[in-house]
Amino acid sequence: MSLRGEALLWVAQRASAALLALCVAVHLATMIYAVHSGLGAAEILSRTRGNAAWLGFYSVFLLAVVVHVPIGLRAVLSEWLGWRGGTRDAALGAFALALAWLGLRAILGVFG
Amino acid sequence: MSVLTVRVWRGAEQGAYQAFEVPRRASQTVLDVVTHIQRALDPTLAYRFACRVGMCGSCAMTVNGVARWTCRTHVDSVAGDGRLEIAPLANLPVIRDLVTDMREFFDKWARAKGRFSGSRTRGDDFERLAPQSAARREVDAAIECIGCGVCYSSCDVVAWNANYLGPAALNRAWTLLRDERDRARAERLRAVAGDAGCHACHTHMSCSERCPKRISPTAGIAGLKREVARAALRGEL
Repeated sequence: MSLRGEALLWVAQRASAALLALCVAVHLATMIYAVHSGLGAAEILSRTRGNAAWLGFYSVFLLAVVVHVPIGLRAVLSEWLGWRGGTRDAALGAFALALAWLGLRAILGVFG
Repeated sequence: MSVLTVRVWRGAEQGAYQAFEVPRRASQTVLDVVTHIQRALDPTLAYRFACRVGMCGSCAMTVNGVARWTCRTHVDSVAGDGRLEIAPLANLPVIRDLVTDMREFFDKWARAKGRFSGSRTRGDDFERLAPQSAARREVDAAIECIGCGVCYSSCDVVAWNANYLGPAALNRAWTLLRDERDRARAERLRAVAGDAGCHACHTHMSCSERCPKRISPTAGIAGLKREVARAALRGEL
């Protein structure tokens, strides 16, 4: 990868980390609220279905995950397993797509 | 007189620790201990030192698992129980006993463009710098490196990525990048970018914790990360 590409990956990871810090905090607070309030699956779904704000928030959360995780794994794979180069990046691209697909499926399942 | 039990690495990459008994003395440094072993107990022991006063950076070793400059490390501060284990610096090839091959360490300074590149000739007058400027203060905070290799030996990223330039070379690049007389900014930014460059640092801060000169290479590397990222965003890299 080019020097510019490597540097931009770092910028993308930092920016997605900032987003994740916010998203994870909101997500945890929501989970704790839901559990403490004794909400069941049907009650949760009744709040999330058709809720555009909920859809928007979790779409941003998913985007941050899809950007952040593969870049972090890239360093782990090269430093711990010595796996570098195009095959590693292609595998991580496929992993990012899989994350995006699984995440979207979950989001749409709860929204639709 | 009390006695220190000292285990010293013997051999090269393959080898074993050899135990010695060394008399304990007042104000004794770890380098004093190694010197006693070589002069009184086993003249075949190989180690490296020069100035003995913390200026030359040649006597760094791993003492009880931690990289240190041995000439300024008192036995009292590291061997409270009377035991010392002395090994060569980590992350460098071992030549023999406590002597490492420092070539790769210094070659990386060259790869990081660690050489000053000014625009004036010897016929020109001195350039005048404001000592209190923010840039100069950042340079002054990082300039006193003695090249001992303690930071390089303590860095996990060097252990994981053999090409990583390391804290000392990146710290040197940072001092030149912030030096207003230097003219090789673009070239230097390219040298410290990429897989082996500043963005590989995980900010573990072992270099800053162990630097005997109290320099913080982590701070310089953070500065390099920002500068390289800005250049990448502007399309200047």
